[in-house]
Amino acid sequence: MSETVLDISQVSKRFGATLANDAISLSLERGEIIALLGENGAGKTTLMSMLFGHYTPDSGHISVMGRLLPPGRPRAAIRAGIGMVHQHFSLAPNLSVLENVMTGTESLWRPWSDKAKARARLMEISARFGLKVVPEARLGDLSVGEQQRVEILKALYNDAKILVLDEPTAVLTNLEAEHMFATLKDMARQGLSIIFISHKLDEVMNTADRVVVLRGGRVVAERRAMETSKAELAGLMVGRAVTRPLREAATPGVVVLEAKAVTLREAGVERLKAVDFHLREGEVLGIIGVSGNGQASLARLVGGLARRSAGEMTLFGRPIGDMSVREVVEAGIGRIPEDRTHDGVIGEMAIWENAVLERLPEFTRRGLVDRKAGMDFARRIIDGFDVRGGTPASRIRLLSGGNMQKLILGRNLIEHPKILIAAQPARGLDEGAVAAVHARILEARRAGTAVLLISEDLDEVMALADRIQAIVGGRLSPPVSPERVDARHLGLMMAGEWAREREGAANAV
Amino acid sequence: MSALWDILASAGLWAAVLRIATPLIFATLGALLCERAGVLNLGIEGIMTFGAMIGWFAVWNGADLWTGLFVACLSGMVFGLLHAGLTVTLGLSQHVSGLGVTLFASSFSYYLFRLLVPVEGTPPKIIPFQPLHIPGLSDLPWLGQALFTQTAPTWVAIVLAIVMALALFRTPLGLAIRMTGENPHAAEAQGINPMVMRYGAVIFGSGLMAAGGAFLTLSAFDSFIPTMIQGRGWIGIALVVFASWRPGRALAGALLFAFFDAFQLRLQTVIGGAVPYQLFLMTPFILSILALALMARRARVPQALMQPYRRGER
Repeated sequence: MSETVLDISQVSKRFGATLANDAISLSLERGEIIALLGENGAGKTTLMSMLFGHYTPDSGHISVMGRLLPPGRPRAAIRAGIGMVHQHFSLAPNLSVLENVMTGTESLWRPWSDKAKARARLMEISARFGLKVVPEARLGDLSVGEQQRVEILKALYNDAKILVLDEPTAVLTNLEAEHMFATLKDMARQGLSIIFISHKLDEVMNTADRVVVLRGGRVVAERRAMETSKAELAGLMVGRAVTRPLREAATPGVVVLEAKAVTLREAGVERLKAVDFHLREGEVLGIIGVSGNGQASLARLVGGLARRSAGEMTLFGRPIGDMSVREVVEAGIGRIPEDRTHDGVIGEMAIWENAVLERLPEFTRRGLVDRKAGMDFARRIIDGFDVRGGTPASRIRLLSGGNMQKLILGRNLIEHPKILIAAQPARGLDEGAVAAVHARILEARRAGTAVLLISEDLDEVMALADRIQAIVGGRLSPPVSPERVDARHLGLMMAGEWAREREGAANAV
Repeated sequence: MSALWDILASAGLWAAVLRIATPLIFATLGALLCERAGVLNLGIEGIMTFGAMIGWFAVWNGADLWTGLFVACLSGMVFGLLHAGLTVTLGLSQHVSGLGVTLFASSFSYYLFRLLVPVEGTPPKIIPFQPLHIPGLSDLPWLGQALFTQTAPTWVAIVLAIVMALALFRTPLGLAIRMTGENPHAAEAQGINPMVMRYGAVIFGSGLMAAGGAFLTLSAFDSFIPTMIQGRGWIGIALVVFASWRPGRALAGALLFAFFDAFQLRLQTVIGGAVPYQLFLMTPFILSILALALMARRARVPQALMQPYRRGER
């Protein structure tokens, strides 16, 4: 019954000096889910772009359902039944869901669009795969998860038999990701074939039938998901055994930051409701929770971007009023923002400019920016934190996500901050970069920095945090120790079920 | 107060509104089409000037009026091709290219005019479009005078607004153009060539702009004066925003502006003695700015407007 729907044979692609894809071969069966696993820069996206006709391969060929696919023609790829779900959606926020889906599906010379027919077809597909949408809704009003649903529907509307998803969970919350993978499995049962690109081992193990590992533009291994392990895949992907560092036991010092019954109201909504927490020297406090529950507001509060509406805060034992960002920086509070490309760096500016921006007064001499000192500072960060892919003068946009994050980390840690706020520090990074970021955070902890770690990733929090609090609907749970709880317990806390735990106060620390 | 009522009740006011609005409707629709595909066309002022000149010149040389209008359209399309080449193929700044086209086209039309037409004390004249007599409607009391004494191009402009609204929102081609203006990468991923869409929209839109200019020399007046466009192109650019990129609202916006303009002209004659006339000249512009400020807050700009599209780049 196995039927090969896609056959990629000996495909190579070179960009300048780098061989992005080196004689890659891959085949896909009907109803099968393949995970294309690899670090950033392994050539996954290049390969899929050739499949979809965005790039023309230098050599090799691709055939779909036994028929050769003409290279470099997106339209031919669509006709052959390939549907692509890009990481950055190919959608127009100002158009309706239906308009987004039906663009290009009718002949341009047809005098009239048959919207009623298109709508009926969309609803039929939507019902068949359990992908609920409102066709008339403006796309820009939808959540990211819903937009992805539209992107998938668009591919299915074009009669896709092979669905390609480029890092589909990079932008989703955990819950949305679970839904998405459940849908993908259902689609595969209904006869669609699916390739998804990922560097997250959990989702690969849980969803794929087969895993193809790419490294340095080559297929280094192919495994049945049943017959492999996360450890093996991690090793194959990085090319060496990667282990995330673990925190060693330590005795925390004095309390450096304490919040009592702090409430934060933003745009008329109570984002934080009477939260209590404290940070101690040489300790990591982990805040877990599904995104959108007030984490971002918490980071803004401590980072000086938001003013509390009620409650007390003390910094180094002294009560403090509202602090500006400048005062926060001067007090020695380092910040790693959740959305690094948006809030962390200015893409079009040089690495050295990004490095000195938040401490400009220190790099100003007689009213002018001290370029040389700034370059030296950036050089120190690049060397000290292993930032690859750029010189101090190159634009920061050109760095990969992992290296950008290392630069942000370095900018904060190089001056040994007393407090570090790290919001989703490893989000979207590949395994090697995650390990590096974790090692740096633990190093700072060892040096006495108090770390506020905000994360959705339970493994990350379990590995790094000395105490864990859950945030749900703007409320913080009492802290628990990671040694005394398991993932299931934390899951319950993230669902807001900590009231029962209070009785068994044994867990509290 | 009764003087104001007299102005509003005069059929002449309403006839003037439609006449003043016509070049604005053409220009605004042209700019709107370009922007829907993602290209800002600031060449509008110059393209209108050139259209006014070349259309008039063709008729002065013996062509009939419709041929003159058509020649103007063609000249606009050539300038559109130039603007598209610079902004779409070469990906240059749309602002700079557009202003360049305006400077070039305005100067070039004056240069050609001086070269081709002998210098005389009064500019030479042609016989312009005559009001179209619509049996029945034009004979209605007051209403016939107010609304049905227009020349044919005015009716063309109004029909064009409706046609463009239907084309943009009801046809596959219109959706493809809008998608190109919102997200050319998405358009390409659906098998639409965004380059072709942008070229087409800019060329056709520029043709409409030139027709708007030609209306001035072929219908509203009967001779060409180099400065006669007087910022109508820029008003068109503002009206596109006012209209939230919708042809129906563009028509309404052009009529509103024309109403202010016609009204202030008549107001000058009534209470002109007491107030400097420049103040009256200002009013349509000030009211437009106010209306724009109110409307533009809710406007949804085409997301890819002013962004050059390069294949394979995100």
